[in-house]
Amino acid sequence: MSSKLKTARALALLQQKLEKDGRADRPRVSVCNGTACRPYGSNPVAEAFVTELEKKGLSGQVEFKVTGCHGFCERGPIAILEPGNLFYQRVRVGDVAEIIEKTVLKKEVIERLLFKDAGTAKPVSAQEDLPFYRNQRRIVLGNNTRIDPTSIEDYIAIGGYSALAKSLTELNPEQIIEIVKQSGLRGRGGGGFPTGAKWDTCRKAPGDIKYVIVNADEGDPGAYANEGLLTGNPHSVLEGLIIGAFAIGSHQGYIYVRNEYPLALKNMTIAMEQAEALGLLGKNILGSGFDLTVRINRGGGAFVCGESTALMASLEGKPGEPRAKYTHTVERGLWDRPSDLNNVETWANIPLIINNGAEWFSKIGVAGNSGTKIFSLTGKVNNTGLVEVPMGIKLREIIFDIGGGIRGGKKFKAVQTGGPSGGCLPESLLDSPVDFDSLTKAGSMMGSGGMIVLDEDNCMVDTARYFLNFLEEESCGKCVPCREGVKRMRQILDGITEGKGQESDIQLLKDLSEHLQDSALCALGGSAPNPVLTTLRYFHDEYEAHIKNKKCPAGICKALIKFSIIDEKCPGCGMCVKTCPSDAITFMGKKKPVILDQAKCIKCRTCYDICKMGAVRVE
Amino acid sequence: MKDGLSVILKKYGKDKSQLVSILQDIQAEYNYLPREALEKLSKKMDIPQSQVYSMATFFRAFSLNKRGKHIVNVCLGTACHVRGGELILESLERQLGVGRGQTTPDLKFTLESVNCMGCCATGPVVKIGEEYFGHMTNDKVEPMLKKYRE
Repeated sequence: MSSKLKTARALALLQQKLEKDGRADRPRVSVCNGTACRPYGSNPVAEAFVTELEKKGLSGQVEFKVTGCHGFCERGPIAILEPGNLFYQRVRVGDVAEIIEKTVLKKEVIERLLFKDAGTAKPVSAQEDLPFYRNQRRIVLGNNTRIDPTSIEDYIAIGGYSALAKSLTELNPEQIIEIVKQSGLRGRGGGGFPTGAKWDTCRKAPGDIKYVIVNADEGDPGAYANEGLLTGNPHSVLEGLIIGAFAIGSHQGYIYVRNEYPLALKNMTIAMEQAEALGLLGKNILGSGFDLTVRINRGGGAFVCGESTALMASLEGKPGEPRAKYTHTVERGLWDRPSDLNNVETWANIPLIINNGAEWFSKIGVAGNSGTKIFSLTGKVNNTGLVEVPMGIKLREIIFDIGGGIRGGKKFKAVQTGGPSGGCLPESLLDSPVDFDSLTKAGSMMGSGGMIVLDEDNCMVDTARYFLNFLEEESCGKCVPCREGVKRMRQILDGITEGKGQESDIQLLKDLSEHLQDSALCALGGSAPNPVLTTLRYFHDEYEAHIKNKKCPAGICKALIKFSIIDEKCPGCGMCVKTCPSDAITFMGKKKPVILDQAKCIKCRTCYDICKMGAVRVE
Repeated sequence: MKDGLSVILKKYGKDKSQLVSILQDIQAEYNYLPREALEKLSKKMDIPQSQVYSMATFFRAFSLNKRGKHIVNVCLGTACHVRGGELILESLERQLGVGRGQTTPDLKFTLESVNCMGCCATGPVVKIGEEYFGHMTNDKVEPMLKKYRE
């Protein structure tokens, strides 16, 4: 590691050197080892590459990188090979030797490891040609595949920290804020507040001591976009933070990370140490006279801490309870001092805006909603993963073009965006644009980027109950409307899913929702009814079926369903008999259908999932 | 108990803003938050015991009770829920004979749930210790537990 960089020029020279070194005409292999690839065994695959390259004496001739999330989590572990930007999916330890032997050394493509297009069944070799990537615009996430997140040299080689150098030497704080304003960047954490205006207020707020904070407490269950960015490219977030601190006039920053993200914590800690060692963080950054100290704080697993005032309370060493925002945190936040808090993704956009200009950024997306947004596309789609798309793209394009449609040929039912504060949107809204305002108008919200696709096998009443159950557990308990209101609503929904619903329940749910929206202390409480209101609005018939007919059309709500064997389809293989945890199924001899005892059945669904013949019926 | 705790307390000095991180470190050291450790923390850092207790009980990551050797964490985030995460939890409850938040009498397993661990694409996900298990189904539960039972 080189010594401290004392000028912007020294950084530029280092960048040139690193870029030149990296450009050497060597084959390159980068293996994704993001959190989502780990359950597939990406760690052993990465290790196998190192061992195998060493064994063949190729360590110096092949550039090997272990990187953060490549995005296409469905197909992990993923390896990308240069030249050719070759995309190998579901790589196993056993494939590694062959990849080196054939592809790295002889430039032969191994067809079995390529992605095959579902429609044409044709293998696709280059990453950019995959339907999953083709329709994305990966300005923020794209660099994940090019850098080892634990190497500051990698980040600098691709131009990292040049936006910081430019900010410190060529721009003054007012100019930086003006650029961010002009870019139209809005907060990626969910609210969509204009970032430039927020910085401006914080800069102008009276007080010598100000704070800048990264909100990395991604508490939305089912969203991991920030995780992918923090683990895959921590320096981009840090660079954005340092630029923001300079613009606002802050010398102390905090990064508040969920403790459930151990890899993000580790990579960010390493990034900060490296930046400090190179003089990009700490005292007299790049010889400019500007100082910034940054510290990592770990969260304790509380959803409410994603709310700015709750997060700040937690940073002060208090329980994470929000306060009423009569005074905004940009004026009086952490320790009553002006504090600017932005989401991970917002910060990561800053270096791009500074380097490429406000106009470039404002041209991506649509008017009023510029730039891209990262979504974690999960649930019942074929291609799950992290996707980055220009704002204003249609839901249908994300789910069907990028996501490849619904798994197992099932029918699309709904898409849930915005987590517990958002809502479920039906098929009729698939052509609506994805931006802050359109989603809010539809009753949902952008949130931090969760996008969970539901199919015909998902029950919408159960989904609403799930979110209320979550919110009830996570409610901090400070204000009565949220603490009591959410609980009562959950109890009503429990009743409906148990077949005890009454027709008056629907009006009661609507009334309670309205009260909660009007009177909860914080935004999380105020938006808590959204999952209920949207399902009531778009999937009213499912509520009716539960209440009037005592039926769950999707076959999910245990009290309303029954499992049975379709005798004609059952080959009597006995798989279900072996796996049934309550001994409810009896083997009657080969080729004879099994018998399911309703009295013993606990409706665990094991037989339904294991039967390959489709001989188990849910009704 | 003393040494590990002293190292942790020394690392943070009297910085009260790091209370959550300190509690995380104590829990990592002892697998739960022992009463004596919290008392010492309160004294050393000059934070009232009531406030330490309030923090320790506010955040769901903390446990005031002894936990098992293996922490089995079932993800109940939305992406895992829509793919049947709750059924996996029920299956684990049956196999381990304890409910969510409880520890087996032999102190081998503690069953917990978490609302997302950042690998939603592979849901339903279970994590045991540091190991992740993706695309879980009921019939994979027992084979998964087997190697930890020894």
